Amino acid sequence: MAEIVSLAEAIAGAIDDGDAVAMEGFTHLIPFAAGHEVIRQRRRDLTLIRMTPDLIYDQLIGAGCASRLIFSWGGNPGVGSLHRFRDAVENGWPGPLQLEEHSHAGMANRYAAGASGVPFAILRGYSGTGLEGLPGLDGQPAVRPITCPFTGERLTAVAALNPDVAVIHAQRADRAGNVQLWGITGVQKEAVLGAQRSVVTVEEIVDQLAPQPGAVVLPSWVVDYVAEVPGGSHPSYALGFSARDNDYYQAWDEISRDRERFGRWLADQVLARAGSLARTGNVATGRRG
Amino acid sequence: MTAAERGEPPEAARAGFTADEMMTACAARALTDGMTCFVGIGLPSAAANLARATHAPNLVLIYESGTIGAKPGRLPLSIGDGVLAETADAVVSVPEIFNYWLQPGRIGVGFLGAAQIDRFGNINTTIIGTSYAGPKVRLPGAGGAPEIAASCRDVIVVVRQSRRSFVDRVDFVTSVGFGDGPGYRDRRGLTGAGPRKVITDLGVLEPDPASCELTLTGIYPGVAVPDVRARTGWDLVVSDSLEELAPPTAAELTALRQLQADNPSL
Repeated sequence: MAEIVSLAEAIAGAIDDGDAVAMEGFTHLIPFAAGHEVIRQRRRDLTLIRMTPDLIYDQLIGAGCASRLIFSWGGNPGVGSLHRFRDAVENGWPGPLQLEEHSHAGMANRYAAGASGVPFAILRGYSGTGLEGLPGLDGQPAVRPITCPFTGERLTAVAALNPDVAVIHAQRADRAGNVQLWGITGVQKEAVLGAQRSVVTVEEIVDQLAPQPGAVVLPSWVVDYVAEVPGGSHPSYALGFSARDNDYYQAWDEISRDRERFGRWLADQVLARAGSLARTGNVATGRRG
Repeated sequence: MTAAERGEPPEAARAGFTADEMMTACAARALTDGMTCFVGIGLPSAAANLARATHAPNLVLIYESGTIGAKPGRLPLSIGDGVLAETADAVVSVPEIFNYWLQPGRIGVGFLGAAQIDRFGNINTTIIGTSYAGPKVRLPGAGGAPEIAASCRDVIVVVRQSRRSFVDRVDFVTSVGFGDGPGYRDRRGLTGAGPRKVITDLGVLEPDPASCELTLTGIYPGVAVPDVRARTGWDLVVSDSLEELAPPTAAELTALRQLQADNPSL
């Protein structure tokens, strides 16, 4: 059963240094507030997993939280580069960042395999691309050819993703910790079901979840921590609660371009701000189990 | 020295519309009404939405965020803007959009951008430089493009043309066009037909049916063949039936500028 705790408690309880962490949300419902809490708690040596690193991982990478990144598209959507990501890859600042790179279809299938409890997934993909030959984090080929046992057709196998922790943002949870999200739902369901532990931040905690068209419901018993963090996906958005702050995405290009300017942003906008104080349940004293 | 070599905009820019507007209108015309189209963000999204606002009101726009049949009234900044979900016929998960919708060849045309493209229509959006581990420029990477390029029945690429973007060989093959030439797609099990048109700010290139090499088949008003050669990194073949393409109509320009009103950068 999910515990309803503060954001600071959820992150402290779920994420250790060195963990593989997937903070998902495909443009919509990106868990920015949780990412900032990870920065404040000064987690280090993380393996960050995300289809689109987006601003959230640009910030975590620039803040020195990550040693490794597994991803499929590392740009600022509609704007251009992620400058902290590029600085890490091109110049090793603030530290080296080892990459494992896939296509979106490959990553989506890796998450689906992780959620399904099988070691790999198959797809028609990667064939003929340079991605086929790239190593995974372990130095071995990250994707491999496989022959269909029924037809003999050659396809591509990708390894399951089973992160230590999945972190997502959703519109709502009820007091029992059942989680509901809708709109563009991305790979969040797969990330949570495939992970060892999970943290969900929500716009609001309600007495009862009203049905929503196209909603994904994650029952309380597959979630570990729920924290109420209104606006927790800004500058991304939560359909029905907020709009995407496109101006912020454009402003980030300037903020992130320069190391010092980024450092000032980090100090003022993240480190100087306390985590969510919206504690509504019992204090979690540490990792469950 | 030609205008292109001096880095000046072609004639089109002085005739009441920009080269980008000409390119976007030309790309929009490549889409027909009722078609299904997997749309990349940026130039492809502008062109697809222009087509829907003008001659192709029943164009089905599909974005990798899982929005099927999106009908945005303004250009989205990202593939996941709220307007796409709110106006879509269906919103599905990301594994579903790739596995159930794209992979079986259900989608008519894939509309892609590129940082680099080569003479066989292979696309690079991964790195600039000779070393993957130590790139000169780290680009965003693949996103949905490799499988869009593999599995859509046709592919259209929209890209601004320069010696940097039009290269003999891409530094990294992110998405396959025709590989190293005829027969490559079949050998690699790529089910779609590959790039049908490459639409630039100078004109249109199409693969030669025999050699698969991109050749110049269309050119914009005010652009001369040497301008195009000057911005191509290989010895460009010009089609015998090279055609001058019509400038954007007033209706196309009005519709495009209205779509871009909220996001002038797009």
